[in-house]
Amino acid sequence: MTASPPLVVSENLTKFFPLPKGRKVHAVDGVDLTIHEREIVGLVGESGSGKTTFGKTLIGLLAKTSGTVTYRGKTLPQQYEAADFRRQAKVMQMIFQDPYSSLNPRMTVGEIVGEGLKLHSDLSASDLRDRVASWLSRVGLEPDYMSRYPHEFSGGQRQRIGIARALILEPEFVVCDEPISALDVSVQAQVVNLLEELKASMGLTLLFIAHDLSMVRYISDRMAVMYLGAMAEIGPAQDVFFEPKHPYTQILIASNPEPDPNLERSRKSTTITGEIPSPVDIGPGCRFAARCPHVMEQCRVQTPLLLPLAGQPDRQVACHLFT
Amino acid sequence: MTAPAPPAKQPPLLTVENLQVEFETYGGTVQAVRGVSFSVEAGKTLAIVGESGCGKSVTVQALMGLVPMPPGRLKSGTAELRGRNILGTSQIDGLDFRGREIGMIFQDPMTSLNPTMTIGRQIAETLEVHLGWSRKKAFARAIELLDMARIPEAAQRAKQYPFEFSGGMLQRAMIAMAIACEPAILIADEPTTALDVTIQAQVLDLLGDLQREHGTAIILITHDLGVVARMADEVAVMYAGQIVERGSVDDIFYRPAHPYTVGLRAAMPSNNPDAEHRLLPIEGSPPDLFSPPAGCAYAARCPHAMRICSTHEPAPFVVGADHYGKCWLHHEKAAGGASMIAAAAAPPEKKS
Ligand SMILES: Nc1ncnc2c1ncn2[C@@H]1O[C@H](COP(=O)(O)OP(=O)(O)O)[C@@H](O)[C@H]1O
Ligand SMILES: Nc1ncnc2c1ncn2[C@@H]1O[C@H](COP(=O)(O)OP(=O)(O)O)[C@@H](O)[C@H]1O
Ligand code: SF4
Ligand SMILES: [Mg+2]
Ligand SMILES: [Mg+2]
Repeated sequence: MTASPPLVVSENLTKFFPLPKGRKVHAVDGVDLTIHEREIVGLVGESGSGKTTFGKTLIGLLAKTSGTVTYRGKTLPQQYEAADFRRQAKVMQMIFQDPYSSLNPRMTVGEIVGEGLKLHSDLSASDLRDRVASWLSRVGLEPDYMSRYPHEFSGGQRQRIGIARALILEPEFVVCDEPISALDVSVQAQVVNLLEELKASMGLTLLFIAHDLSMVRYISDRMAVMYLGAMAEIGPAQDVFFEPKHPYTQILIASNPEPDPNLERSRKSTTITGEIPSPVDIGPGCRFAARCPHVMEQCRVQTPLLLPLAGQPDRQVACHLFT
Repeated sequence: MTAPAPPAKQPPLLTVENLQVEFETYGGTVQAVRGVSFSVEAGKTLAIVGESGCGKSVTVQALMGLVPMPPGRLKSGTAELRGRNILGTSQIDGLDFRGREIGMIFQDPMTSLNPTMTIGRQIAETLEVHLGWSRKKAFARAIELLDMARIPEAAQRAKQYPFEFSGGMLQRAMIAMAIACEPAILIADEPTTALDVTIQAQVLDLLGDLQREHGTAIILITHDLGVVARMADEVAVMYAGQIVERGSVDDIFYRPAHPYTVGLRAAMPSNNPDAEHRLLPIEGSPPDLFSPPAGCAYAARCPHAMRICSTHEPAPFVVGADHYGKCWLHHEKAAGGASMIAAAAAPPEKKS
């Protein structure tokens, strides 16, 4: 992949949620990630690892606790004002996981898809209708679905409505938060193919959050692995999937069941013990130390930095085994 | 020396024949399960796979007497556990077979756990009810069972309430409860669907180990072909309330005999670098179960559909030992039909 210029860069991006008695949820804790123009970065990690919070903070839906996000080299505000939302909505959008709860049941499909355009442009009512109709057909729906309500549609159709709603403003950067997790396999393929087509035709840049590792490998140029609010590993998707370096990534990939019985029979069990700890008031040391099969003394006291691998500048790993 | 006789095939533990379940609803009659037949052997895992709404849960709920009636209705069918009828009753010889001979775990453990009772007590209660054990003996066994289900510090954990457990631990506690009476069959309905992949691996390993140690038969319901490949000996592929293909796990993955099975596989990415392909969605959606089509239920979406497919329902054509596909392409007059499925199962167009 020839490196295109950086589009979105997060530096030391941090989002804590306050708890009673001064305690804090370290949902996102010092994340550096550079997303280049027209690439798809897949973001994986267990539930609670901070993927959604990272995506929302990146595009300003949540205020940053600290750290910065730059977009085309310009630093974005720490907390968005109304004017920032208006400006950024045309540039960055988000597609949500749940095609059932993320669409307002009292609005027609036309109102849902056209809402952003109505707020952010001064199109006449009839131009607005035309744009909504053309976007509905672009995502594979009938234009006359406009007057219907979300409950009349299947999960896959609702996800298409969500995609049309996010893309009608023709943003450059889209965070797709688990857009296929709630869908059946045959429908997942429809939505993934649609996203790939739109990406190609619109020159989109995507952060694709998912827990399906095979799908992330398939669709992404690069893959980022999050654990307990921090990046464990980043690199070209094929390399991370087929040659994972971080012990957590290794276990994650080894846990991913393959639709191939021979492969499954030859796989040795690599189950990890324990579960992802709570991200409340995290101290120093590697976040994975408590579950890591290769843990060393150093791991418990010193936080490993996300550093390039020797000789492989496009791969970064946060693990003392590599420093 | 003559070749040794093939090992005598053991009779199946559970045999289900022509199960049909309907729901009377406001909009009409939903034909949820439309003539399902299968059998399960001791020590083996049968996976029932298919997309949402195809009738997987209703099939096993019918066996366990868990279909609400009304609106549900058993239209026909038989189910025998070691030759004894279990359909439409909860008892064999006056004893409840549910929990004792057939254990069940669900996707959401909270549907079968009582939030106001400690985990240990709930497991102990199963033993008291089914086996008549004393409170003390049952509670001690509950701790052993939690330990077998790899719950750390089982003795302390037994005294905790469900809300104090994580999702993965709740599912393991559910397994401990389901195996308490050492049932011959364990039915697991999407037991790992809500779990992260690393926790899923723990739960699947646990199920596999328990099966090896106790010879339990497992009916595993899932929509995930990866989980099927990992766990199953036998597979039933369901579509629109019917089993459209049934065979060994290798049959299903390496010699699929139904276009739907092929379609499901082609819609998923392959992690084999030599078989990388563009995802091939199955266009359209499953038929309306209020009025299922006259012919093959898959005809409207099938790339190979012939004229007969939309008018006559295909029989389950036998294509190998214990392997059948409910598809007209296997009829002798559909020249080259079977090879058409094989060709479709080969890696499609490379991903650019
Ligand atoms: N609004 C909130 N208030 C408090 N904690 C939150 C909030 N949103 C998320 N969290 C916590 O932050 C952590 C990361 O959550 P999330 O970003 O949703 O993870 P993921 O998307 O990877 O599942 C979790 O521990 C979650 O409980
Ligand atoms: N209690 C009920 N009342 C009416 N319809 C039902 C009921 N339970 C299930 N169904 C219908 O039966 C069909 C099969 O459902 P189910 O077995 O739950 O599918 P799955 O394969 O996803 O487990 C679906 O169309 C569903 O809507
Ligand atoms: S019977 Fe016909 S429509 Fe049905 S799967 Fe076979 S070829 Fe396709
Ligand atoms: Mg999330
Ligand atoms: Mg179900």
